[in-house]
Amino acid sequence: MANKYKEILIKPIIAENPITLQILGICSALAVTSNLTVTLIMCVALTSVVSLSNLFISIIRNHIPSSVRIIVQMTIIASLVIVVDELLKAYDYETSKKLSVFVGLIITNCIVMGRAEAFAMKEKPFPSFIDGLGNGLGYSFILIVVAVIRELFGAGTLMGVEIFPLVSNGGWYPANNLLLLPPSSFIIIGLLIWVIRVFNKEQVEEKDFSLSKHDVSPNYEKREINV
Amino acid sequence: MFEHYLNIFLTTVFIENIALSVFLGMCTFIAISKKIDAAFGLGIAVIVVCLITVPLNNFIYNNVLREGALAWAGLPEANLQFVGLISYIGVIAAAVQILEMFLDKFVPALYNALGVFLPLITVNCAILGASLFMVEKDLKFGESVVYGLGAGVGWEMAIVILAGIREKLKYADIPEGLQGLGITFIIVGLMSFGFMSFGGISL
Repeated sequence: MANKYKEILIKPIIAENPITLQILGICSALAVTSNLTVTLIMCVALTSVVSLSNLFISIIRNHIPSSVRIIVQMTIIASLVIVVDELLKAYDYETSKKLSVFVGLIITNCIVMGRAEAFAMKEKPFPSFIDGLGNGLGYSFILIVVAVIRELFGAGTLMGVEIFPLVSNGGWYPANNLLLLPPSSFIIIGLLIWVIRVFNKEQVEEKDFSLSKHDVSPNYEKREINV
Repeated sequence: MFEHYLNIFLTTVFIENIALSVFLGMCTFIAISKKIDAAFGLGIAVIVVCLITVPLNNFIYNNVLREGALAWAGLPEANLQFVGLISYIGVIAAAVQILEMFLDKFVPALYNALGVFLPLITVNCAILGASLFMVEKDLKFGESVVYGLGAGVGWEMAIVILAGIREKLKYADIPEGLQGLGITFIIVGLMSFGFMSFGGISL
């Protein structure tokens, strides 16, 4: 029994990662990763919302009529997000300003809705909670990797602490400002997907079109020379 | 006056493009951009829904939720901003549902063309994002109509461009692990760098 829970928890982290395989919840992955501190807060916010919404939806799953289930799920998720948003405003106003609309956008984050629909509507409360936790961690894993790359190589710091002394401060590291621009996170995630798929061959997508083999090689020995 | 509205429109379409500068609606943006036809249909649906929900949410924000907005009902101290999120998403879900029924009854041709995409749009962050940015920018009602239109048009333009590139890309010889999702991410990154060049323009 314990093994089953472990599997539900571990699987979404790499093997079925929500971002790199299921294309869910990408929006916030891009906009909030230029600074590790902000990223960590966003990860905690999303993980708690997805695991708690899975838990609550699973508890009342037998009482939700299927015709109005989307709106019921939305209401539960939106209430949880409001709680998270208000907590953040109360205890860390600076970060909540930096995250601007992205905490609110957890409501429409496809991971939350996707897990509610695909898992919590069918399973018992405890496994649903674990599944939410696992998917939250899978999301956090990708976000933290991207944020570490962007902040370390873009600004030479991690969580605001200097790791590489910058040239502008008399150190040796010339900062790569390109990485601080939001579009760079697309390219980092694209390359991360490549790395993951090199190790997980079954995730590779099929080609729409392939080049035919070039097996008709010219035969030089039989070549006739017309003099 | 007209200049002011044109200014808001162009800024939202190019400089603050909702897909390529603030990265909203990415899930559908990447999932439904394999064919130009489908991308175009989805884009039209986003424009319509944005154009309806952003002004509607603006009206609700200014007349019910904002601090002191309930003065007309004799409650000058009420501040209902904390229920903002839940009311915006409720408005969006309801508007999409009503639009779907309306189109089914009166414009069946358009309903069949958009059919699959309409319910999907409720959970598209571009729509909720447009409403939240409208609140953050503190727009007036007239401005919010233009902002909603601009947000939708910008998103449509971006997804059609991406679909065009991906259709051509079918015949490219891409390394194994990078096929599909990986290369799409990198293309969007490059497109987004391209759109950053509009950033220096001030209208």
